Amino acid sequence: MASLRELSKKPEILTGGHRMCAGCGASVVVRQIMLALDGPAVVANATGCLEVATTIYPYTAWRCSWIHSAFENAAATISGVEAAYRTLLRQGRISEGWRFIAFGGDGGTYDIGLQSLSGALERGHRIVYVCYDNGAYMNTGIQRSSATPLGAATTTSPAGKVVPGKRQHRKDLTAIAVAHNIPYVAQASPSHWNDLVTKAQKAFAADGPAFLNVLAPCPRGWRHGSHETIEMARLAVETCYWPLYEVENGVWRLTYKPRQKKPVVEWLKRQGRFRHLFAENREAVLEEIQRHVDTNWQALLQRCGTT
Amino acid sequence: MAVKMTRMTLTGNQAVALAMKQINPDVVAAYPITPQTEVVQTFSEYVANGEVVTEFVTAESEHSAMSAAIGAAAAGARAMTATSSQGLALMWEMLYIASSYRLPIVMPVVNRALSGPINIHCDHSDAMGARDAGWIQLYSENPQEAYDNLIQAVRIAEDRRVLLPVMVCQDGFITSHGLENLEVLDDAVVREFLGEYRAAITLLDKDRPITMGPLALQDYYFEFKVQQAEAMRRAPEVIEEVGQAFGQLSSRQYGFFETYQLEDAEAAIVALGSTAGTARVAVDRLRRDGLKVGLLKLRVFRPFPATRLVEVLTGKAVVAVLDRAESLSGMGGPVFTEFRSAFYDLSSRPLFVNYIYGLGGRDIGLDEFHRVGSDLRKILAEGKPRQIISYLGARL
Repeated sequence: MASLRELSKKPEILTGGHRMCAGCGASVVVRQIMLALDGPAVVANATGCLEVATTIYPYTAWRCSWIHSAFENAAATISGVEAAYRTLLRQGRISEGWRFIAFGGDGGTYDIGLQSLSGALERGHRIVYVCYDNGAYMNTGIQRSSATPLGAATTTSPAGKVVPGKRQHRKDLTAIAVAHNIPYVAQASPSHWNDLVTKAQKAFAADGPAFLNVLAPCPRGWRHGSHETIEMARLAVETCYWPLYEVENGVWRLTYKPRQKKPVVEWLKRQGRFRHLFAENREAVLEEIQRHVDTNWQALLQRCGTT
Repeated sequence: MAVKMTRMTLTGNQAVALAMKQINPDVVAAYPITPQTEVVQTFSEYVANGEVVTEFVTAESEHSAMSAAIGAAAAGARAMTATSSQGLALMWEMLYIASSYRLPIVMPVVNRALSGPINIHCDHSDAMGARDAGWIQLYSENPQEAYDNLIQAVRIAEDRRVLLPVMVCQDGFITSHGLENLEVLDDAVVREFLGEYRAAITLLDKDRPITMGPLALQDYYFEFKVQQAEAMRRAPEVIEEVGQAFGQLSSRQYGFFETYQLEDAEAAIVALGSTAGTARVAVDRLRRDGLKVGLLKLRVFRPFPATRLVEVLTGKAVVAVLDRAESLSGMGGPVFTEFRSAFYDLSSRPLFVNYIYGLGGRDIGLDEFHRVGSDLRKILAEGKPRQIISYLGARL
């Protein structure tokens, strides 16, 4: 458990002056996670908002070593870095204590990078892979991904006269990561910073691969005010759209339970990407979203042995 | 004075795997693919028996294998991988990134035809497709050359004047699976020849964190590319130096190409890889029949040694360039177009003809060279070719 006082004294690894949007959830997520770090680290970044906006040559916003190679391979790239570290350590050519982190958006993780992620998790590299999930390809201009929620309007799943936004539910990537039987998997949100920092600490301490799926509201893509980012993240948790839990060595645990589960429309109605669902004849979609949230929440409670 | 060597009988794949063991890379990230598979299998045994310090990353695809090799090399490791055909095609995106980041990754490529249709046998369409990826490309005629080239490749790649990745090509099945006698250097000799690798810049430097692979737009991207081109232009001098140093060690000399009966020849045949062996026999036969023909076996295709080729081929009446790949450009194979371009500025230059042959492992034998010979005779008599680009050995 970290205290704010302690955390505020730690140096920022992702410095100011980067060019992420005002109110960007991803940069907040990265800063919180890096606060959990002690000692040297290498970050690998998948192509995406975080990568393009933090390292515009000849500038960099990173105070640790950082590498970007392509879109779909942050996990493979960091695997290589970690493999190099392991042999150099064995050969006595480097000191201990390095950590290896990959950051990818949902496009680079749920979709194009899923194979590379799965391979790295299966091979057992001691890496922490963080997906900052903003629910669409935001960097290329808000195209749907397999993390986009049902009904959301994106530029490739627009709300039209016939089709009410995205037609499919999002993929449960956190559960897919859990299926790799790695030491640590967690779902987190920047609205619950203490929960997130604690999870990041556990991930860094895990003796093997760790995966964090962190919600990262995107004011541009979600269509909310840039001052509402943390509020949007909090509502996602309070409505149980984005439950906070961890799976540590196979044991599922709910790390936060809302006192009173809010209806999902409380979260949906605040975002422009769902606006069309509040027009006439779209109730069925809203109901289906609520049904999906309820089913998943019940299943999660059962897995965590809570009710 | 050449050092002591051990005579062994190995396939081309085994020879390459043995060279990898002697190179003893810090990281190998690889994925199996026919006909390269034996390389990773053999290397896995070295890892399992503790004969190398290597961290072996059994990647889930060639794309990830190259990505992990990039990560490892960026972290200061001597990194290698190996592939063929579709595997190289899958790596394509990452090939450009490896060379742009100036990472001295060395990769045996066991040449195999690209799909489709799917085929597992030799042609050069895989490596030729990657010819503009910023990698140095060395082609090997036999297991001995594949072995020798791989060891030299590490020193060429890591030279600070170069810092470019290198592909060492050999012909799938023809040499990769063919047993041949070769002379192998001692482990200690290889180790001394290569020296210890210490990267100038690494991600694993606590005191000097580095950002590698940033976004470079209109204001900087161009200069990165120019620097790569300059490194490629500096490579020939290093390739030559390393070839000479290796020659002193092993008594086997390596340059940009090798010639056979070329000096007094009126006509020249150009070939890469294992075909050169057949071509030598063909040259002897054609000469016996009165055709003054010689052979040029190209070893270094990237960087393309244009000036040196012009020197040695100027004065020939006709040059027949054999391509084991069809570029589908309508302009002939990739080796052919490079040769023609190299001679363009000369006021007097040989006539050039192109034979595309051996696609998908189609055999090339003396009958095919006999046809080339009769064409060359006709061209010499008539002063111009009837046809510039032909398919050799295809049913038409």
